[in-house]
Amino acid sequence: MACNSSGCESGGCYGREKDNGRKAVDVKETVTLCVKCKCNEPMTFGDGGSDDGRFCAECFRSNVYGKFRLAVTSHAMITPSDNVLVAFSGGSSSRVALQFVHELQVKALKNYEASRDRSLPVFGVGVAFVDESAAYPALYGGVSDAIAWVRSTVLSLSPPGKDLHVVPIESVFGSDSVEARDRLVKLLDSVSDETGKEDLLLHLKMLSLQKVASENGYNRLVVGSCTSRLASHVLTATVKGRGYSLSADIQHVDARWKVPIVLPLRDCVWQEITRLCHLDGLKTVELARHPQSGINDLVSSFVALLQEENPSRECTIVRTAAKLTPFYFNKIPETDDSCVPMATQRRLKKFNLKYDGSMTTEAFCPICNCPLNGSDSSEDESDALYAASCSSCRFQILPQDGSSLEQFGSLLPHHMISQVKHHQKVDSQTYLREKIKDCLLLDDEEAV
Amino acid sequence: MEASEAKSKKQGASRLCCLCNQRRPVLKRPKTLQQICKDCFYEVFEEEIHQVIVKNGLFKAGERVAIGASGGKDSTVLAYVLSELNRRHSYGLDLFLLSIDEGITGYRDDSLETVKRNELQYGLPLQILSYKDLYGWTMDDIVKMIGLKNNCTFCGVFRRQALDRGAALLKVDKLVTGHNADDIAETVLLNILRGDIARLSRCTSITTGEDGPIPRCKPFKYTYEKEIVIYPFITESFSSIVLFLHTYAYFKKLDYFSTECIYSPNAYRGFAREFIKDLERLRPRAILDIIKSGEDFRIATTTKMPEQGTCERCGYISSQKWCKACVLLDGLNRGLPKMGIGRARGGVNGDHKKETKKPASAARSLESKQCGSLDF
Repeated sequence: MACNSSGCESGGCYGREKDNGRKAVDVKETVTLCVKCKCNEPMTFGDGGSDDGRFCAECFRSNVYGKFRLAVTSHAMITPSDNVLVAFSGGSSSRVALQFVHELQVKALKNYEASRDRSLPVFGVGVAFVDESAAYPALYGGVSDAIAWVRSTVLSLSPPGKDLHVVPIESVFGSDSVEARDRLVKLLDSVSDETGKEDLLLHLKMLSLQKVASENGYNRLVVGSCTSRLASHVLTATVKGRGYSLSADIQHVDARWKVPIVLPLRDCVWQEITRLCHLDGLKTVELARHPQSGINDLVSSFVALLQEENPSRECTIVRTAAKLTPFYFNKIPETDDSCVPMATQRRLKKFNLKYDGSMTTEAFCPICNCPLNGSDSSEDESDALYAASCSSCRFQILPQDGSSLEQFGSLLPHHMISQVKHHQKVDSQTYLREKIKDCLLLDDEEAV
Repeated sequence: MEASEAKSKKQGASRLCCLCNQRRPVLKRPKTLQQICKDCFYEVFEEEIHQVIVKNGLFKAGERVAIGASGGKDSTVLAYVLSELNRRHSYGLDLFLLSIDEGITGYRDDSLETVKRNELQYGLPLQILSYKDLYGWTMDDIVKMIGLKNNCTFCGVFRRQALDRGAALLKVDKLVTGHNADDIAETVLLNILRGDIARLSRCTSITTGEDGPIPRCKPFKYTYEKEIVIYPFITESFSSIVLFLHTYAYFKKLDYFSTECIYSPNAYRGFAREFIKDLERLRPRAILDIIKSGEDFRIATTTKMPEQGTCERCGYISSQKWCKACVLLDGLNRGLPKMGIGRARGGVNGDHKKETKKPASAARSLESKQCGSLDF
C-alpha cells in the first residue's frame, strides 16, 4: 500500500529523512524501507519500542496526526464556530496537543482565505497554564521561568494568534490572592491521605481550568491525556473503588462540566508522543514536580512494568475500559444539529457509538464531580457534604470526624459547596423532568 | 473536645482490644488495621462470613454442599469455618469435601494428605477424583507428551470439568470454593489487563452458574487472604491438621501462601499478585475497593458469553459441538496434542487456573456414570 501523502516523496521531509536514516543504514548494512510508503528510509528512535525502525518520519507523523484528527472529527470536538482552550502544562502530551490544534487551525485559516464565500469561520484557540506553585511551594522558583517559556512557545505558534491565560490554582477560591492561597494551603493540610491530597489538587486544577474557560468565552477545553495516562487512570480508579464512574473519565468527550472537555490524544500512546516531540524538535518543560506517592505512584510503576512486558498493554487496558457503557454526557451536547458536521454524523453512525441515553444519574460527587451510584449512598446523613460525596472521596479526602469535616467544608471553593446544597433539589427535579420529558417542548425544538 | 476524646480512645486502643475493650490486643486486623484480641478476631472473622452467607442467600436448608478442597490454606479454613457455622447457626447443610488430583508429582500429593486428615478431623466425607480416573492422563503424562508450552490449557480445561463431575458424582446441590478477596481482586485486574469484558462483568459475582445444575459460590469473597492465614495460626481449638499444615509449611519451608504450580511460573499473574500485596500495604481497603469497582462497572447487559449447548460426546456444557476437554483429549489420544490449542490462545481455554469462573455446571447425564468408565 503506497503512502498517500505526497509529502514522502517531495518537500522537506525527504531531505531530513535522508540525514536521519543514513545512520541507521550504516549500522545495519541493509537497505530497509518504511513499511508504509515503501520509499523512504525508516526512522530509528532507539527507545526500545516494538515498531522502532518501521516507519519513515513522515509516515509516523501522519499516523499520529491522523489519530488526532480522527478523534477530533468523529466526535465533533472542534467545529468552525468553536473557541477552544488548550490546557498546557508544558509536558510532552499537552505540547503535542497544542501543536496539533495549531496545525488544524492553520489549515482552517488557509481554507478560509482560499474559499470564495468565506462561509466557514476559523475556530479560535487559547492556551491555559495552571500555576500550581501555591500548592507546591518548592516549585515557586521554577514557575516564573516556566511561564516565560510557555509565553514564548505560545507566541511562536502564530499566526493565528492565541491568547495565553496563566491561572493560579488558588483562583478557584476567589480573587484575593493572599486569602485564596491561605485557604488552599489549609484545605490541603486537612487531607491526611497523600493520594487523596493529590487527587483533590487534580480536581482543583480542573476547576480552575473550567473557571478560566467559562470566564473567557471558550466552549471547549482540550486536554492532552494520552492512552498511557488513561491506562493508569483506569487502574487507579478501579483500585479506589470508582468502577461506576470510570467510564465517564476515559471517553473522548466529557461534557459533565460547564465547558466540555475533549481528549483528542486519547488514542496515542506516550511513546508516540515523546517520539513526535523528538522528531519535530518540540521542546517541553518539566517542572520539578512534587513526587507522586501513594496509590497513584504505585499504579504508574505497575503500568510501566506491564508495558515493558507487553508493548500493547496500555492500549488493551484503555480498550477494556472503553467497553464499559459511557454516560449521556460523554458526547458534545447537541444544541443544534446543524452544528455537527455531516462527516461527524456519519462517523458516529459508522462507529456505532452508543450512549446511555437515560439520565439515571444526575447526582455528582461535589468533590470530584463523578456520577454517583446507588452503592455510594451513605446511611450517615449527619453531614450534607459527607452524604453527598462518593465513597472514594469520603475515604481519601474528607476528614473522618465531624468538627474537622465542617471546617473542611468551609474551606472548599464556593462552587463545590453550592453543589452540595442543590444536590437534593436538583436530583428530584431532574427525576420529575425525566418523567414528563415526552410532553415538554424544548426551546430549540420550537426554533426549528 | 472531640479531638481529645478521640485521642484518649486511641490511647486506650493501644492497651485494650478496640472491639471488646476488655482484653489485650494480640493482632492488627489486616482488613481494618484495628488492634484486636484473639477472641474478637474469631468473632468478626466468622461473623462476617456468616453475614455474607445470610445476606446473599448462599445456602438453603437441607442442601448437599461440596467444598472444593485443595489442601491449601483457603479450602482448609473454609472447610473448618463452614462446618462450624453450619453447626452453630443450624444451616442444615450436608457438607462434603471434593478434591481433584491433577497428578503433578510434588505439587498435589502433599496437599492431598492434608485433605485426607481433614476428612478424619471434621468427619466430612471426602471424594478424590484424579485426572487419571477421569481422563486417563495425569498432568505429568501430558507434560511429558507436549512439554511445558500450553500445558496449562489442559490443566485448566480438565480441572473445570473435574470439579463439576465430582460434584455430580456426590449428587450435591452446590459447590463452594475457597476463593478469597485477594483472588477476586486479582481476577478483576487481570480481566482488565486482558480486555475480557464478559468475564469482568461476572468475576465478582458471589454465585456463578445458577442456571446450570450445580452453582458455585465463594463464601470468602470479602475475606482477606492474610486473615485466612492468621485464623488457623492463632487458634488452639483449630485442629491438629492445621497445626500440621503450619508446622509443615514453616519447617519444610513450603510456601503455601502461593500455591503456584511447578509447571507454571506465571510471570503475568505474579505481577498482579505482587501489585495487590503492595496496594494492601499502602491501603488495606484497596482490595475491597477493587471488588466494589468490579461490581459497579457499567457493563451493558448485552455483553454475553457465547450461547451454551452441550457437548455431543460427554454432555458437558459447551458452546461448540465438542467441549474443549473432549477436543483436547481426542488430540492427546490420537497423538496430536496440539489439536484444539491454536484457537484457544488467549481465549477461553488458554487461561490459567483461577479463571474457572465460567458458568460452572456439570452434565446431568454424568451422574449415573462411574467416573472410571467415562468413555473418552
